[in-house]
Amino acid sequence: MRMVRAADTAPTAYPWIVQADGLRVKAGTHLAVDGLDLALGTGVHALLGPNGAGKTTLMRALATVVKPVGGTLTVLGAPVHGRAELRRVRRALGYLPQHFGFYPRFTVREFVEYVAWLKEMPKPEVPAAVQRAIDRVGLAAKADARMKTLSGGMLRRAGIAQAIVNDPELLLLDEPTVGLDPEQRLDFRELLRDLGVDSCVLVSTHLVEDVVAACTDVVLLNEGRLVHSGTTASLIAEGGSSDAGDSPAERGYSALLRRHRAEAGR
Amino acid sequence: MTMHPSSAAIAQYAAGGRGLDEAAVWSVEIHLEECADCRARLAGRAAGDTLALLDRVAAGLDREIAAGPAPVRRARRWSGPRRRWLVVALAPWATMTVAVLLCASVLNRLLPGLPSLVLLLAPVAPLPAVAAAWSRRLDPAGELISSTPVAGLTMLLRRTLGVLAVIVPVLALIGAGTGTSLALMLLPCLAFTAGTLAVGALVGVPRAAAGLGALWALAVVAPTLITEDLPVVLRPGSAAVWALATAVLAGAVVRRAADFRRLTSHS
Repeated sequence: MRMVRAADTAPTAYPWIVQADGLRVKAGTHLAVDGLDLALGTGVHALLGPNGAGKTTLMRALATVVKPVGGTLTVLGAPVHGRAELRRVRRALGYLPQHFGFYPRFTVREFVEYVAWLKEMPKPEVPAAVQRAIDRVGLAAKADARMKTLSGGMLRRAGIAQAIVNDPELLLLDEPTVGLDPEQRLDFRELLRDLGVDSCVLVSTHLVEDVVAACTDVVLLNEGRLVHSGTTASLIAEGGSSDAGDSPAERGYSALLRRHRAEAGR
Repeated sequence: MTMHPSSAAIAQYAAGGRGLDEAAVWSVEIHLEECADCRARLAGRAAGDTLALLDRVAAGLDREIAAGPAPVRRARRWSGPRRRWLVVALAPWATMTVAVLLCASVLNRLLPGLPSLVLLLAPVAPLPAVAAAWSRRLDPAGELISSTPVAGLTMLLRRTLGVLAVIVPVLALIGAGTGTSLALMLLPCLAFTAGTLAVGALVGVPRAAAGLGALWALAVVAPTLITEDLPVVLRPGSAAVWALATAVLAGAVVRRAADFRRLTSHS
């Protein structure tokens, strides 16, 4: 439990948590995100797309790690595409990178505490917030184990714990379900639904069944461009019985991609 | 802050809220959380048996606390995780630099004819460790750190100071042992560190460190070893120039602070 501050209940002055207009981001020398228009509000958004679609590059731009080369990107009402001050935005961010690097000698608790310090959380709030984040990912029994002793799935959960420790307003999870067993994935979906109530969660994934179970909206990318953005139901509605896939959502996914490739090929 | 509740309201609240509606109880309670004066007024209004109960609870708690185990002290505050990582990551680089400097000073003892090798190496001594401190490849959580508010010039300076805290005393000790001017030993070292950060704002700190190190080796160290004559830039008269260069470059670093916000844009 923590006190509700005036800032928590103040109305926001911006319409979308993430807003991109003609966003272009390079990965090395390759233009991985090419003219993307996107607007995301609260809820759980799935980021879908084939390998090389620009999902990770988009995540990194949203996490303020790389600077876009063109277009505008506004996060939590503040522009992050130029040389602007990023501190306030970064305090409200949670980010799980695709390759989650960690310090092997740290315990889970030390690592999450370290991230809480990196995110400039007020010192008195840190121990409780760390414990809560570790509890939420179901890692309480391993909280004081060194990270090098953890299995792949446990590391992924430690990564999710560090991302949610500051109750972020924008949470970016790049392939969070890799290495989780089926039961843990069910718990994770539960956590996602919980987080999406009052923050914007963007989850990049290849698992379409996760999307249907836990996400409210879907963003589909292909070759750096937006293919589709809408509710999960709208994705399902795109699929016909003739499209490839074992579930309605998979059929919708392949139908949209096929149509987009055909249009691009013309 | 809300208005202070009336004495009557406080008295009613102290009596368990009798005579107050629910909303009034809440507003008194919220006010009490924030106002020490009104809490003192409340304490004066409490009934005798309430005060006796509170005393009993306080005495009981004191007894339990005294009987229970002593609080665990947070062991070794100085070895907090973030410092520990820096120490572990930079230890090899700092050790290598210190070893090279010691070798140079031993070599000078054996071959007195050579110009001071320590003096020649001092300017570039901190560069390998500074580069390592800001290289994304050497920091496993670099990607994560660069998305946090702490990332930026402050963090770079903190790590650079950690490096200098090791290198500068070593240089000073060796300098004192050989009788070289302390200013000539340390000022070029600080100027090169500031220069690395300033150039690093444009091309990335590791690249800047490599470039400046190579430049110094080619332009000064190699000719000096060939001619066996101390170059003019390391003669006593140039200390003021080095001091000025340090100040100018440090100013440039602060001016370019915004370029360090994204750890990964260059390195």
